Amino acid sequence: MAAGVAAWLPFARAAAIGWMPVANCPMPVAPRDHGKRQDELIILNVSGRRFQTWRTTLDRYPDTLLGSSEKEFFYNEETKEYFFDRDPDAFRSILNFYRTGKLHYPRHECISAYDEELAFFGIIPEIIGDCCYEEYKDRKRENAERLMDDQEENKDNKLPNMNFRETMWRAFENPHTSTMALVFYYVTGFFIAISVITNVVETVPCGSTPNQKDVPCGERYTVAFFCMDTACVMIFTVEYLMRLFAAPSRYRFMRSVMSIIDVVAILPYYIGLVMTNNEDVSGAFVTLRVFRVFRIFKFSRHSQGLRILGYTLKSCASELGFLLFSLTMAIIIFATVMFYAEKGSSSSKFTSIPASFWYTIVTMTTLGYGDMVPKTIAGKIFGSICSLSGVLVIALPVPVIVSNFSRIYHQNQRADKRRAQKKARLARIRVVKTGMSSAFLHNKRNGLFNELLELPVMEQHLSKTASLLESQHHHLLHCLEKTTVSLLPTSTISNMTAHEFVDEQLYEQNCREGAVQSYPSCSPSLSSQEGPTGTCCTHQARKNPLPDASVPPTCQGALQELSAVHIQCSDQPALSTSRSSLNMKLDDTSRLNCKSGLITTAIISIPTPPAVSPEGDSQPLTSPSMQTIASSNAVKVSTL
Amino acid sequence: HDSSNKRGLKAQLRKLIPCSGGRRASARTQNSVEDELELSAVRHRPEGLEQLEAQTRFTRKELQVLYRGFKNECPSGVVNEDTFKDIYSQFFPQGDASTYAHFLFNAFDTDHNGSVSFEDFVMGLSILLRGSVQEKLNWAFNLYDINKDGYITKEEMLDIMKAIYDMMGKCTYPILKEEAPRQHVEIFFQKMDKNKDGVVTIDEFIDCCQNDENIMRSMQLFENVI
Repeated sequence: MAAGVAAWLPFARAAAIGWMPVANCPMPVAPRDHGKRQDELIILNVSGRRFQTWRTTLDRYPDTLLGSSEKEFFYNEETKEYFFDRDPDAFRSILNFYRTGKLHYPRHECISAYDEELAFFGIIPEIIGDCCYEEYKDRKRENAERLMDDQEENKDNKLPNMNFRETMWRAFENPHTSTMALVFYYVTGFFIAISVITNVVETVPCGSTPNQKDVPCGERYTVAFFCMDTACVMIFTVEYLMRLFAAPSRYRFMRSVMSIIDVVAILPYYIGLVMTNNEDVSGAFVTLRVFRVFRIFKFSRHSQGLRILGYTLKSCASELGFLLFSLTMAIIIFATVMFYAEKGSSSSKFTSIPASFWYTIVTMTTLGYGDMVPKTIAGKIFGSICSLSGVLVIALPVPVIVSNFSRIYHQNQRADKRRAQKKARLARIRVVKTGMSSAFLHNKRNGLFNELLELPVMEQHLSKTASLLESQHHHLLHCLEKTTVSLLPTSTISNMTAHEFVDEQLYEQNCREGAVQSYPSCSPSLSSQEGPTGTCCTHQARKNPLPDASVPPTCQGALQELSAVHIQCSDQPALSTSRSSLNMKLDDTSRLNCKSGLITTAIISIPTPPAVSPEGDSQPLTSPSMQTIASSNAVKVSTL
Repeated sequence: HDSSNKRGLKAQLRKLIPCSGGRRASARTQNSVEDELELSAVRHRPEGLEQLEAQTRFTRKELQVLYRGFKNECPSGVVNEDTFKDIYSQFFPQGDASTYAHFLFNAFDTDHNGSVSFEDFVMGLSILLRGSVQEKLNWAFNLYDINKDGYITKEEMLDIMKAIYDMMGKCTYPILKEEAPRQHVEIFFQKMDKNKDGVVTIDEFIDCCQNDENIMRSMQLFENVI
């Protein structure tokens, strides 16, 4: 039921008294109106701007937020008003909806922001009034197209598990995905060009043999041209078959325009092979060769502009249809008039109305070949009117087509630009994200360090940099880590370790190294054996100075900066010994062992030299001992 | 209205011919346009709140609420028949309420000027909601008496009955039969037409209704609507 009509319900009910005398049976009992309130003003405070309205105004739409009891959640007892932390500008149109029953879409508002506001207040956008609905739908469509473009972008990213067929299809559709695809793209383009040029050159007169006049090149060098044609057709056939094989939906592929063009381009050759050199059919065969020119349409796979042109023509079909129709009408009219006007003159070329069609078309398109000219005065008058009107009729639908083309072309430009910008945007976003996750791990270490050393409050200022939100978030992640305890077959209490968050790069490294390494203990899911881990760590540490692979990835801190610093560590012979000595002392997990020599970001970000090694969470660290290695300013924390 | 039409037409003709008369014509078209605007935007302001309070049985607050709803739906201050039909039809989405709304409109439009102003509206409501039983029955009789001649004939009653049944629409259970309105009219006349002269007068109507318990009870049904 619409808006203010709810205010008329009392009237409708009162008018029902008119039915009472004619009714034969008793009427049902009327519902009681409990708690009948006097109409009161409600204050709606939206981000500081106060709106006021009657309660009954809001009650008109009981299935929205403001009309139902849902608004009680936003009631502020002290100020006796309803407070909403939303955009006050958008709220204006929403409140107007309650007042007038019509929802309007403000043009300056962003479409997604507006949609969100509507969704928040429980109003469906379909009730936007006619005045604004078109605009709303247009904007929404543009937005959806943009999202679809973005989605198509993501589709191009290589999925980890694509079989050969899918890879091939992707290569065909987007040649920039791999070099093979690019090579294939250019080769087919080259052969299309060759084929078209062959077709053209075939008909050029090629110098004369002594006893005959000019023969076209095709007849002179038959074999050469035949070979070239065969080669092109081979390539095209192979390409078509490969596409057919790779297509996800063969039936849909076969119905698509491009595949039809492909087929039409190569079919004449095969038909020619099949047909014998019979006199009767050779005429038809020659006609078939015309279809070879369709090969030039294969270029549309290579050219974005051609595709846009084709799409424009398709979308302007109605304008083109109108153009055609009006031209036909005008042609018939003027041809008839010209025919009858020129009927009188002798030796007139206007022998019939269809014959006059040619004159009309040539005149209306302002070609004016001059092969047919009117001779009578009436004919000349009508001829001039014909040419003037021709200009008009053609000039009218053309701007529509042009504007359509321009819109589609610019859309494509925008899509390309967005694609280019997207990479930069994603890179920046990734940096921020890694910053956030590394902040967590960084904080964790700092927190533990502070716990361990029971440092005075002086050090606490380091952790104060994290806001309450951050610390709560980190605590949450911490709890998650603790929850995911992995129980290994040979584990004891002391060997239980929780999963931990590591960053992306580490994870990938883990995956890689997990496959490479033969040490079972160095797998990402932490193992518990001490010996092998000890050896593996030291082993690795001594083996290669590469920052990434020098230590099993789980041993690394999650920060990239570590890698640079780490080189220092591995270069220190003293370190390795001390590390190994630490290893023997500890009965902890590999991680702890390996980390003993690592320097964390503490060095980088905290002015005070002490660095702490990343701890395994589950290790009860009893008595930390600090050692300072002068050369690298590293502090090792070890437990006994 | 005729003269303004003629003026408008001449002005448009003059506009087509691009000559000096053009500017004068445009001024005149301006005037005619303004005239048309005046006619279309009929504004009606109701009498003061005190007068309405005196004339009807509503309190001040009730009148305020009523007027706010009225003005919201009809900003110009009067309801014409089409708007009235629209509004009333919204309450009966399943059937066609336009015929009955037409009769209702005539019943509310006491001065028969083709539009229901707020005073008409409020007076009608006052009778329906706060009036005595006699007044309500009087109002109902007025509704049924389409040509307002003081008698309800069978044809008038049949029209009203058909209009009421139209409001039900097609999707009813049990299915409404074609002759249901007619049968209902027969029953009505049997009950009401005491002297069997084929018409029901106001006295017959009021007498009969006052003796019928069901009707008496249903008349009290909508006392607390406002």
